[in-house]
Amino acid sequence: MVLNQFLFLSAFLFCVGAYGVIVRKNAVLVLMSIELMVNAVNINLVAFSLRNDNVIGQVFALFAIAVAAAEVGVGLAIVLLIYRNRSSVDLTEVSEMKG
Amino acid sequence: MLAQNIIFGLLAVTMGVAALRMVTTKNVVHAALYLVIVLSGMAALYVLLAAEFVAVVQVLVYIGAIVVLFLFGIMLTRAKVGGETDVDNDQRWIGVIVCTFLLGILGVTLWQAFGEESLNLTNSVASGASSVNTQRVADSIFGQYLVPFEALSVLLLAALVGAVVVARRD
Repeated sequence: MVLNQFLFLSAFLFCVGAYGVIVRKNAVLVLMSIELMVNAVNINLVAFSLRNDNVIGQVFALFAIAVAAAEVGVGLAIVLLIYRNRSSVDLTEVSEMKG
Repeated sequence: MLAQNIIFGLLAVTMGVAALRMVTTKNVVHAALYLVIVLSGMAALYVLLAAEFVAVVQVLVYIGAIVVLFLFGIMLTRAKVGGETDVDNDQRWIGVIVCTFLLGILGVTLWQAFGEESLNLTNSVASGASSVNTQRVADSIFGQYLVPFEALSVLLLAALVGAVVVARRD
């Protein structure tokens, strides 16, 4: 196997996730796209763990998974709060801090 | 070697198509289910990369917990299950341009940096028995990285308490 095949797949998934973050306006869908990006980065960490013959990449991937879990918990709580205050999760309407 | 490349190709195509469908589908619940396909493919990739423990954690944490959390989020924000027409904003072409550009830059950079460098499947991470590999991960977490690990558990606690405080109905 070539190292770059994993890195290219990871880059592709990252870009698809970035596209989702840019075009989606449902807040839950934006959070899902962010998860896709976090996961794409984890592929890189594990691939380099194999390349460098060192398990530290896998340890870091585990840490990243835990941080992503915390992020989703807080993110969904914020989305629920937005829904409760506005009866909608449309992110284009949440613009109070726009200059 | 050939079998691994075939499996990688199948996984890559499946994950790519599912990811594209996830960011283009109009149905929020379908998007969550496409996310499950992508996450399962990643677990399989981790097995291919000789990281069994990460694969198991991926299945437990992502497919077992985070996707369920997303489905709860969809349910509580009352997205229609039958499909919505209005989930995208009007920035589609900006998104396409930005992401194509980003993918081009990343692709060229990766190609210049690593070219056709192959992964060495006979080194100690890949060739060790699975228990040895997991044992080395555990030794690393509870040895060299003990302090970050503890900090991470405090972070998880803080995030959970924060989520409860934010989402609680007063």
